[in-house]
Amino acid sequence: MRTRGAGRLLGREGRRMADAVLFEFLHTEMVAELWAQDPDPGPGGQKMSLSVLEGMGFRVGQALGERLPRETLAFREELDALKFLCKDVWAAVFQKQMDSLRTNHQGTYVLQDHSFPLLIRMASGLQYLEEAPKPASPGACQPGGDNP
Amino acid sequence: MQLGPAHPIPALCPDLQKSSELFTLTYGALVTQLCKDYENDEDVNKQLDKMGYNIGVRLIEDFLARSNVGRCHDFRETADVIAKVAFKMYLGITPSITNWSPAGDEFSLILENNPLVDFVELPDNHSSLIYSNLLCGVLRGALEMVQMAVEAKFVQDTLKGDGVTEIRMRFIRRIEDNLPAGEE
Repeated sequence: MRTRGAGRLLGREGRRMADAVLFEFLHTEMVAELWAQDPDPGPGGQKMSLSVLEGMGFRVGQALGERLPRETLAFREELDALKFLCKDVWAAVFQKQMDSLRTNHQGTYVLQDHSFPLLIRMASGLQYLEEAPKPASPGACQPGGDNP
Repeated sequence: MQLGPAHPIPALCPDLQKSSELFTLTYGALVTQLCKDYENDEDVNKQLDKMGYNIGVRLIEDFLARSNVGRCHDFRETADVIAKVAFKMYLGITPSITNWSPAGDEFSLILENNPLVDFVELPDNHSSLIYSNLLCGVLRGALEMVQMAVEAKFVQDTLKGDGVTEIRMRFIRRIEDNLPAGEE
């Protein structure tokens, strides 16, 4: 059996890359599955599919958040929560940080990713998908209101 | 609306960087959703298998590109590659290979622990659910792309109280490339 080259790719970095690929493939399949099931091809149906996807993403985000030490999510201010989303959460999910975060300091934030991994491979058939599921949601990053 | 200058983004939270959890959690959300969408466990199992197949036929290319393994000459080599390279690469575990049939066309993969089922418990009303059935589809789809028709199925499952998780792999036949009519 020839396994040249397998060694260097089975280290920690290689595993993280492979994990990412697994997630991407699973995600693509999940979107395809939801789309195929929907009897209503119009905007109403699409909204349903998107909200199901978002619901799944929300649960995943919550579960991820629950596993973190309490202090990690104890943000002093809203901007810290957004920064956490942009660097830690985004990097955990997409192996890269958000490319830019801007705010008017009045509650509006603009997060930009110039090469969003989940959309890069999208086939043209999914062109109506405006919103990719958010694996982490604001629910996972609420500043802890119940400090002991 | 004026937005201020971009904010610099400092260092990474190590607790979140365990990316394998993301796949496991997402898989769990998928199975939960399928159980809502389909009325019975059999249909969910079939759907998981089908989705796994779709993933497998594409994953094989990624695998071959990453691992650089050469062509396997027989089913035993295939078994080794699946357990020691592929499972290790994607799921971080190395199942053991046991129970070879005398003809060498069937073997079992024994998973001491199955990362997909971390934090999972099957509720009582889903006793026929094959939770990790996606894996069987992935194996089937991936091997089909390298000209092997196989059957993969779970015969033991820790989620159902068994001591280990066991996937039985059976070689059905080699898939020949399609020849144009008249060239049989």
